[in-house]
Amino acid sequence: MTSLPSVTIVRRIKAPPARVWAAITQPILMMQWWGPDAGPTLDAVADVRPGGRFSVVFRLLNGDEHNPTGIYREVVPEKKLVFTWEWPGMPERESLVTFLLEPFDGGTELTLIHEHLPDEAARKSHEEGWRGLLDKLPVFLGDAQWST
Amino acid sequence: MDRTFSALADPTRRAILARLKDKPGLSVSELAQPFSLKLPGMMKHLDVLSDAGLITRTKAGRTVSVYPSAGPMREAMEWLKRYERLWTVSIDRLVALVEERSER
Repeated sequence: MTSLPSVTIVRRIKAPPARVWAAITQPILMMQWWGPDAGPTLDAVADVRPGGRFSVVFRLLNGDEHNPTGIYREVVPEKKLVFTWEWPGMPERESLVTFLLEPFDGGTELTLIHEHLPDEAARKSHEEGWRGLLDKLPVFLGDAQWST
Repeated sequence: MDRTFSALADPTRRAILARLKDKPGLSVSELAQPFSLKLPGMMKHLDVLSDAGLITRTKAGRTVSVYPSAGPMREAMEWLKRYERLWTVSIDRLVALVEERSER
């Protein structure tokens, strides 16, 4: 089910799954890449087992600090990592992050999926994919004449 | 925000919004016409859109005019933009990190 807004990124990486797995599960390595700009990652907590806690703290270049947290849901070493994601201060409910690792030509194909979690009403009424909807959104957003 | 996305999952409702974007203030019967929908059917769609905050309705005499409202849509787009930026940059850095370590 991908009707809800989701972000998917697929990358082929010239490093084996074991190395990629280490980078997404070991705090000392997580702190070297996690963050939306060149600002520093200040802390990482990764109790990598189902029910374990996830937390990263990063500071943006503009000085703002953010601390997404979550709980690990599924842990398959070097293959699959799933955890919930809450971003305090952001207007949203819980969402879900999935990392998939596949061996590929001596390296790794990494798939990242970040899904907005549906409530029960939304789950029932979904009829088509999110992708088609995405095509239409800029059309709706492009008009500043709209009342808000 | 869930309501926004679930309201937009229906092609008829998306078409209604597209039409309202071009012609804000159409009456319910004017809206229903090109969709060959009966009024009760149209009212149901409008209720869903209204609950999601995607339209507003104003009544003048016996005519109900419908206007689009962009707020919730913006919120949904904000969600996407925020995470697209976070993950694109983060994954680039992750790749650089593990590929560099591999070469050593």
